[in-house]
Amino acid sequence: MNKQLAWGIGLAALVALPFVYRDPYHLHILVLILIWSFAYTSWSMMGRFGLVSLGHGGFMGVGAYVTALLWNHLGISPWIGIPAAMLCAGALALVVAYPCFRFRITGHYFALVTLALSGIVLQIIIATRDYTGGSLGYTPERTKGSHLLALQFDDKVVWYLIALGVWAGGLAVWYWIDHSMSRYAMEAISEDEDAAAAAGVNVTAEKLRITVISAVMTAMAGALYGQYQMFISPDTVSGIAVSLQMVFAAVVGGIYVALGPTVGAIITILLAEVLRIGFGTKAVGWDNLVYGVLLVLFIIFLPKGILGSLLARLKSPGKPQP
Amino acid sequence: MMEIFDIYLLEALVNGILLGGVLALLALGLNLIFGVIDVTWICYAELVMVGMYGMYYLFSVYGLPYWVAAPICILLVAAMGAALHFLVIEPLLGAPPINQLLATGGVLFVLQSFATVAFGIDFRNLGIRLPVLALGEMHFSYARLLAFIAALVGMVAVYLFMTRTYTGTAIRAIAQDRQIMALMGVDTKKIYLVTSALGGGLAGLAACLLVLQYDVHPFVGLSFGPITFLICVLGGLGNFVGGFVAAFLFAEIISLGGLFSDLEWGYVLAFGFFIVMMFIRPAGLLAKRP
Repeated sequence: MNKQLAWGIGLAALVALPFVYRDPYHLHILVLILIWSFAYTSWSMMGRFGLVSLGHGGFMGVGAYVTALLWNHLGISPWIGIPAAMLCAGALALVVAYPCFRFRITGHYFALVTLALSGIVLQIIIATRDYTGGSLGYTPERTKGSHLLALQFDDKVVWYLIALGVWAGGLAVWYWIDHSMSRYAMEAISEDEDAAAAAGVNVTAEKLRITVISAVMTAMAGALYGQYQMFISPDTVSGIAVSLQMVFAAVVGGIYVALGPTVGAIITILLAEVLRIGFGTKAVGWDNLVYGVLLVLFIIFLPKGILGSLLARLKSPGKPQP
Repeated sequence: MMEIFDIYLLEALVNGILLGGVLALLALGLNLIFGVIDVTWICYAELVMVGMYGMYYLFSVYGLPYWVAAPICILLVAAMGAALHFLVIEPLLGAPPINQLLATGGVLFVLQSFATVAFGIDFRNLGIRLPVLALGEMHFSYARLLAFIAALVGMVAVYLFMTRTYTGTAIRAIAQDRQIMALMGVDTKKIYLVTSALGGGLAGLAACLLVLQYDVHPFVGLSFGPITFLICVLGGLGNFVGGFVAAFLFAEIISLGGLFSDLEWGYVLAFGFFIVMMFIRPAGLLAKRP
């Protein structure tokens, strides 16, 4: 009961925040944190069960580009475009993941096949530069009509509330999976696939379900990011670097607890901003240098991530955590 | 009209083979590490990038001749390979394999951003312009030919080392059974370090060759890193011959795809081919069907 109360109060405080405090820069940072938290949470839904995907940059790119292309070329509102993009990402996930799971491509091999996927999406975006703007990036056209229909808002408070809602939705999906039978099935699969199959778990179907959910949510994050920033480029929403960035932030925060990826997003985005403000253009590269060192140290010393280790320590004080 | 087209086709084919040599060299280094230590260095191409910067500084800034700079550069990257193993992989040897993969992903970030901070994001090159070899109406660059030959020599040297020396034999034995070899009195730790240094050295050799053809910048690793992993997986991780065959297959697809359309489509084709092959032969090109 206490836990639910705490969640309720926390969420209410977050909803109330922009009406009390509306510094545009800080709201901008908060919106970015919420959107990326949602993306990282989506990645962790697979990552926590040992399905390490390096292809999520690809799903994010599909989400952002399909939405923007439909709007610019066909005039289709993002309200239809975003679900369409999510459908595309889901289909893509299905096409790549089904044979992977069917033929028991796991571990290293799965990570590298998905790496190829994000490489393909990146190269296709660059190769079709006549439509997508290639490496130079792409801007959804400013609407002349209804802002609501075009999902373009100038007010950061509106974006904050949208991002907050989506983020909370992501956590709800996490909670739902966490309390479903799927979770036990997936945990069994990540321990030993053959044993799980022998115990009556439909290994391929369970893995597919979690992969498609994760991909669809990541595409939504990409589409939202594009609508909010009004500029997307292959480097910021697609490709291998974005995939690695997702993995990194999620691992630092902790992939086994619901708020871990959010903590990861807060740490990485604040770190980048502090370095950017502190050092200006001299900071180019420093943020990633710190990320990289942290990632290595975390995987060696704190594989559960910051929040995961903290919670584990609170639960059993005195016992040193591995 | 048809004649000209055929000459282009032939030129693309030969260029594909030349490109394949360097890719095969990269794949060999990665396969060696995977086969023996059972880890994937996601940051392998970044070691090459650092090697390319090493060559740039030794050659262009300190003015050493190419033939002196190259061995120093190879030793430097070999030492980095050993350091990478000692500092990052060894503490994680008992951890789940995916953690090792992610940790080297962290090293990728570190190397890339270190290069950004230390060398800036400008494109740099050695300023050596090797002549172009004209054969009939086809044109090949000497840099590529040199890279191809040096890559072959490097691979033969590794082969001789692996088959003719005690250490090489021990490395192959460990790749076959890592538990037993420790009982047979082989110092696994030492063998792992030697293997990592060897893998690093191959990356260094590749760097010396690639720097003749490409400008170096902090993100140059991303342009051939992913391809190298795909080649290794396509050939079967740890399978040296498979990696060799896959390297040339990939190089031909990229080269021919680039002939008919943009270079990006060559890559798209190669990636697509990879995904399709994973479903047809999940354990690698040369693996026996289960």
